Amino acid sequence: MIAVLRHELSIYFRSFTAYVFGAFLLVFVGIGAMIYNLQQAVANFEYVLSFVCMVFVVIVPLLTMRVIAEEKKQKTDQLLYSLPITTLQVVMGKFLALLTVYLIPLCVIAVYPLVFAQFGDVYLPTSYGSIAAFFVMGAALLALGMFLSSLTENQGFAAGIGVAVILLNYYSVTLAEYVSSTALGSVIVLWVFIILLGVLVKHITRNENLAYGVSLALMAVTCVTYYLDSSKFEGLIPEIMTKLSLFERFYTFVNGVFDLTAIFYYLTVIGFFLFLTVQSLEKRRYN
Amino acid sequence: MITVEHLTKCYGDFLAVDDLSFEIDEGHVYGFLGPNGAGKSTTMNIMTGCLSATAGHVRIDGHDIFDEADKAKKLIGYLPEQPPLYMSETPEEYLRFVGRAKGLKKGELERQVEEVIRQTKLEDVRRRLISKLSKGYKQRVGIAQALLGNPKVIILDEPTVGLDPIQIIEIRDLIRQLGQTHTVILSSHILSEVQAICDQIMIIARGKLVAFDEPQNLEKLLTGSNEIFFTTEASPQETAKILDAMEEIQEWEILKDEDLVEENAGAGKDAFADNAFAETADTAKDHGSETVFDAEDDRMETVGEYKSSQTAVAGQKVEEKEGLEPETVSVRVAIGNADSRGVCRSLFFAFAGSGRALLELSAKKASLEDVFIELTESEVPEE
Repeated sequence: MIAVLRHELSIYFRSFTAYVFGAFLLVFVGIGAMIYNLQQAVANFEYVLSFVCMVFVVIVPLLTMRVIAEEKKQKTDQLLYSLPITTLQVVMGKFLALLTVYLIPLCVIAVYPLVFAQFGDVYLPTSYGSIAAFFVMGAALLALGMFLSSLTENQGFAAGIGVAVILLNYYSVTLAEYVSSTALGSVIVLWVFIILLGVLVKHITRNENLAYGVSLALMAVTCVTYYLDSSKFEGLIPEIMTKLSLFERFYTFVNGVFDLTAIFYYLTVIGFFLFLTVQSLEKRRYN
Repeated sequence: MITVEHLTKCYGDFLAVDDLSFEIDEGHVYGFLGPNGAGKSTTMNIMTGCLSATAGHVRIDGHDIFDEADKAKKLIGYLPEQPPLYMSETPEEYLRFVGRAKGLKKGELERQVEEVIRQTKLEDVRRRLISKLSKGYKQRVGIAQALLGNPKVIILDEPTVGLDPIQIIEIRDLIRQLGQTHTVILSSHILSEVQAICDQIMIIARGKLVAFDEPQNLEKLLTGSNEIFFTTEASPQETAKILDAMEEIQEWEILKDEDLVEENAGAGKDAFADNAFAETADTAKDHGSETVFDAEDDRMETVGEYKSSQTAVAGQKVEEKEGLEPETVSVRVAIGNADSRGVCRSLFFAFAGSGRALLELSAKKASLEDVFIELTESEVPEE
């Protein structure tokens, strides 16, 4: 794992990715600090972070697009498979390298509140609480990006999908307001997702009966629940969309609450996507 | 050392490796030979843990490649078909990474990296970017990578593909050297290469192991493949009588020369000429020098001369035929593993004894190439 970590870091710092990532983040934090803290003379550094969140849409895919896709393209993944290290170690090594690259600009950012504190009253706990949450949220997005990179051997594709997914996630709360909140609407949307799940199951397992079985069973369950108590479905989809938003939870920190549930949620997302990445890499051995 | 048991791999409906079993001992160079798409790479990928098997086991020194992957993989160095190199690094950096991943610590790591660089003669390019290296050097970096950690077995998938002749010779020499200290398994679809380097040859066709032996034994393997062709002026009846009287000869057949000549003179004769040419070429090859390269050169040289002379001979034959006398009979005799020179002698005296001349007499010995073609092509009709 350490070998993979060191190797990945040397690749990031040899190419421009690590620098571009850090520069992007720092430029936007700088602009944010200028607007909020200097021009508007607000003492809360956390507002800057909430402003900077949007940048993740671009810089996370930028950093993660090559992480596994490139290995596949250059066929170096064969080396990783044949080395006496497990896939989990490979994935963890790569993820820790991503975190390190992300942590370096954060260290610079962590100086801001201290500097501002020299010139006025800055409530440091909320600032640093937000920076910590900012780190964990970024880590969750990096895990997501890494998973997307493991799905393809085309970097551009990985980046494109990454931007789209993170953008959707960013706007999911706004979109949730426009999504039908009626019970029937929710059921229909659920059905669409169930069918998609069925297609996915079929694609992965190549077992049609299993795919049909899973889809039909889930559809039946939603139908029965709907007839028994349709009120359960009211507002379900907007709620799910809000719950899934990584960014929405971050705003709680910005408002000065250190929300452990959100931290736990982020850690779960990280674990989930690391698990999926390992599975996606393992699957290549079984195709 | 390596035990492969009932290995099977399906890609969807396509059966790439079909119930493959073999065992590999320590300290030889093994050649894995087969036409493209025979399942060589798939087998190697499974043996090194890069791919899962649909069924069957691979054990390296008793460690299952899947259940005890860590222990098993430490015993193997693998160079896949396309060397897995990071283009943005130098050979030195790359080898350090692989060494670390193989669990080498500081002092040992430096020592081994130096050693493999020396062994694969990478000293001159050690600080150049891998992306700027020639194909031959890239291949060597790939081999150097496989050597790190001092594994007992080195598996090389088509190590000489895409190299120029000088590079090929260099890589072959390197492999020969490695064979003295490691067990080496290399795959190739080039027969001469395998024949030149390997102690043991495995021939694989359509996912099945069709032969596994030393090169010399493989040539013997094809029983009944050694043949003698002769043409005599005796009539078919006389020929049958003479041949039946000979103890050495069990199996023979008269080639339907007349049909060929009469029905479609040109085409038939050409076919015959080609056939005869092939025989002579092969005989030439057997007498030829040790290496296959030379033998093939011989063959090439023979082409022109022989073909023209054959056509001339065949032409004469037709004229003789049209002028009624004398009738000739061409016979093919299968002699198995018997000494072809002895049989030729007896044939000569037997026919001479009955006052009939032998107009042509040639022995054809099975070469490794015949074995290869026979083994890999023979199953086509069955499927």
